[in-house]
Amino acid sequence: MSNNTEKQVKTRTEMTKAEWTWFLVRRNKTAYFMIAPFMILFFIFTIIPVALSLVLSLTSFNMLEFPKFVFMDNYITLFLDDDLFVTALKNTLIFAAVTGPASYIISFIVAWFINELNPKVRAIVTLVFYAPSIAGNVYLIWTYLFSSDQYGIANGLLLDMGVIDSPIKFFQNTKYIMPLCIIVALWTSLGTSFLSFIAGLQGINVSLFEAGSIDGIKNRWQELWYITLPSMKPQLMFGAILAITGSFGFGGIVTALAGNPPTEYVGYTLTHHLEEYQNNRWEVGYASAISFILFLMMIGANVLVTKLISKVGQS
Amino acid sequence: MKRLRTRNHKVVLNRSVGGDVGITVVLAIFGVFMFLPMYYTIIQALKPLNELFYFPPRFYVVNPTLTNFSDLFNLMGDSWVPFSRYIFNTVLISVGGTFGNLVLASLCAYALAKIDFPGAKGFFWLIQKSLMFTATVTGIVNFITLSMIGWIDTYLAIIVPAWCSTLGLYLMKQFMESNISTEVLESARLDGASELRTFWSIAMPMVKPGWLTLIVYSFQGLWNSGQSSFIYSEQLKTLNYAISQITAGGVARAGATAASTVVMMIVPILVFVISQSNIIETMGSSGMKD
Repeated sequence: MSNNTEKQVKTRTEMTKAEWTWFLVRRNKTAYFMIAPFMILFFIFTIIPVALSLVLSLTSFNMLEFPKFVFMDNYITLFLDDDLFVTALKNTLIFAAVTGPASYIISFIVAWFINELNPKVRAIVTLVFYAPSIAGNVYLIWTYLFSSDQYGIANGLLLDMGVIDSPIKFFQNTKYIMPLCIIVALWTSLGTSFLSFIAGLQGINVSLFEAGSIDGIKNRWQELWYITLPSMKPQLMFGAILAITGSFGFGGIVTALAGNPPTEYVGYTLTHHLEEYQNNRWEVGYASAISFILFLMMIGANVLVTKLISKVGQS
Repeated sequence: MKRLRTRNHKVVLNRSVGGDVGITVVLAIFGVFMFLPMYYTIIQALKPLNELFYFPPRFYVVNPTLTNFSDLFNLMGDSWVPFSRYIFNTVLISVGGTFGNLVLASLCAYALAKIDFPGAKGFFWLIQKSLMFTATVTGIVNFITLSMIGWIDTYLAIIVPAWCSTLGLYLMKQFMESNISTEVLESARLDGASELRTFWSIAMPMVKPGWLTLIVYSFQGLWNSGQSSFIYSEQLKTLNYAISQITAGGVARAGATAASTVVMMIVPILVFVISQSNIIETMGSSGMKD
């Protein structure tokens, strides 16, 4: 601005919208320099990959030859000719529909229950509930708790009590794979959103409860619905996004506990199917179609959850 | 009725004794369910060989020993990649990735939170939405990108993408927005401080919980990173991967598996214990306002 002669200086009202924006851009050069390093990497490793996977999903591509455009072929094959995909899709939806809402609700309820504890006790309880989600692959211990021989806790106790005669092969038995994987997933699921809920609850102004009490709120359930939940909408939104990511990307726990592929493909998810085509068969176009379907399902879930949360606190 | 103590005054809340008891019971049951596997891991790690194969399995240890931990190093001593190498890889990746993420994300978060420039809202909207994009969705193209740069099978393939991890940036930006007063920044700017200088000497000291949280999150994510399709050389693989290999050894390695799991979990748990109050403080502003 310093070199501007009087002729060049315009007031805001004299500028077109584009000119004004350009003026602001120039004035905030530093800001763009500050976000540039992060944003460039973010675009290279996150935004462009998502966009490109849509493009690649319309091609046949083996990483060696140039991608060949095949339009909707990959999607048609997926839904009509690939039984394993349909199994994977079904399992992913089951896992997401169970672990997503369950982990979300458990995180909230536990956070709400411990909210009124004394701060030191609360810190310890928080640690107990949060630890499994950060403790690396500590969930591998479940392979020992439910190991297929008598030395596993579950089999050991059941044998000892005479409930069963021979050890159950929990992680090979199609009856137990899904429920056990869901339990383990829930065990590791009190993560970031749990902490966010704890902080959100702590942040609610106590005078709101006081006022509610005077206004005729009778018990803690009414208080929860009319005061607590509406005050926590931002945290609820944040937690929902994380729950969606976690539950649709489900797969790692199944691989760790039941192997990949698991017995009779019980618990086989889209993540497994995608990895199979990406890493083993090098059919990148096909794998991209799977990843794009996964992406669309997450977006859909997000829209749905946003709508549900906006209803919170209405009578 | 119960009185809730707060710092300044007492509030009367609608609380029934029955409800309190019910809540305590549910919490206790859940708590035991959460804690038992962790406890059992630690107990297993301390059991000598004969106690590991005791029937029925015991929830306590008679003669605790540390042999399982020294076994870890011996067990992997035969393989051509020593156990210490996996630890080194994990530490290097965790520290390198976290440092880059801290620097880049703090700079970006500050600009997005405290400078009003065209596009700021759009960029942040993208970052919010991207919290949903799992590595599964971006993995394919990233593999292609990384192989074009020639980083496949190097540490850089894990470290550099971690620099632009968005969760830390998101939390940092939200925290800066509600904890740095714009007036203070304005007066610094009026005094002629450059934007970078304002960022470094005024803003950053005000958001210590924010960057501690970012460090913890980035570190934990990288520390726990397992097998990656970007790395295939055995000598570059992580601790998490090594442990899954030990576990695959089956019952014979029950003790070593438990010991390695303890090694794996102790670090993130300690980090969290130290930083818990800061993290909760940061989470206070983690909410998403459309």
